[in-house]
Amino acid sequence: MTVMSVETDVEALELRITSEFAAPVDRVWQVWADPRQLERWWGPPSHPATVVDHELTPGGKVTYFMTGPEGERYHGWWRVVSVDPPHGLVFEDGFADDGGEPDLDLPVTTTRVDLSASSQERTTMVITSAFGSLEAMQQVLEMGAAEGMSQALGQIDGILDGSGQD
Amino acid sequence: MVVDLPTGEQADLIFRALADSTRRDIVRRSTGGDLSVSALAREYPISTTAVQKHVAVLERAGLVERTRRGREQLVQSRIETITRARELLDELEALWRDRLDRIDELVDSNEGAEQ
Repeated sequence: MTVMSVETDVEALELRITSEFAAPVDRVWQVWADPRQLERWWGPPSHPATVVDHELTPGGKVTYFMTGPEGERYHGWWRVVSVDPPHGLVFEDGFADDGGEPDLDLPVTTTRVDLSASSQERTTMVITSAFGSLEAMQQVLEMGAAEGMSQALGQIDGILDGSGQD
Repeated sequence: MVVDLPTGEQADLIFRALADSTRRDIVRRSTGGDLSVSALAREYPISTTAVQKHVAVLERAGLVERTRRGREQLVQSRIETITRARELLDELEALWRDRLDRIDELVDSNEGAEQ
């Protein structure tokens, strides 16, 4: 994998993770801009995401649900704060009820994505994710665990082994 | 328990704050959060003003925080909060590392790329 650095600011409850991909900026941007590609990586293999709305415009919304092994659905939403294709976007994301309506009692995370060319064929992506409070972060991660995210680590190995790519 | 060490200025403040045995003791005693500065002062053969100064040094290092209750100043250790925040940030990091692995795979395979 291509994680270059991870910085955490405990006081600000902020994570900044810098990674590099062997592809041009336009290609990496597609994993955000194309809902079918976003579905391929947002949820873990056990809980794949289905993107319903996908409006990458300021104030636009992205809605999705993840489907678990028993068919159970977990809904989520983003509100796009700003977007600058193909260089990045800022969005808030949170949980939604079974009808897909945002559940504003649950905490919201703010995430910033910055893409830049590190060379002609390589892209640096910086993800900055911040929480409003310790309680909010705990709640989000507990919900994430419910969606099987923490199991993904083991499953990804199987997928990579079976991918047969070079 | 693994504790990541902070770097730079914050680390200087923390190490300096914890270099003194009275201050280390104040951090230990203040985990409950209900000890006042004057109650702490009774535990040591030093003045309340001297205890205030120690607490101020710990506060600058982010190791304790002071809250007011009426005329009293209560001292609360932040060690558990900091440890918990670190654990949660580690979990968040794991979540994003998984996602980045999947993005990497997607970009590498060039599946779903524009036809």
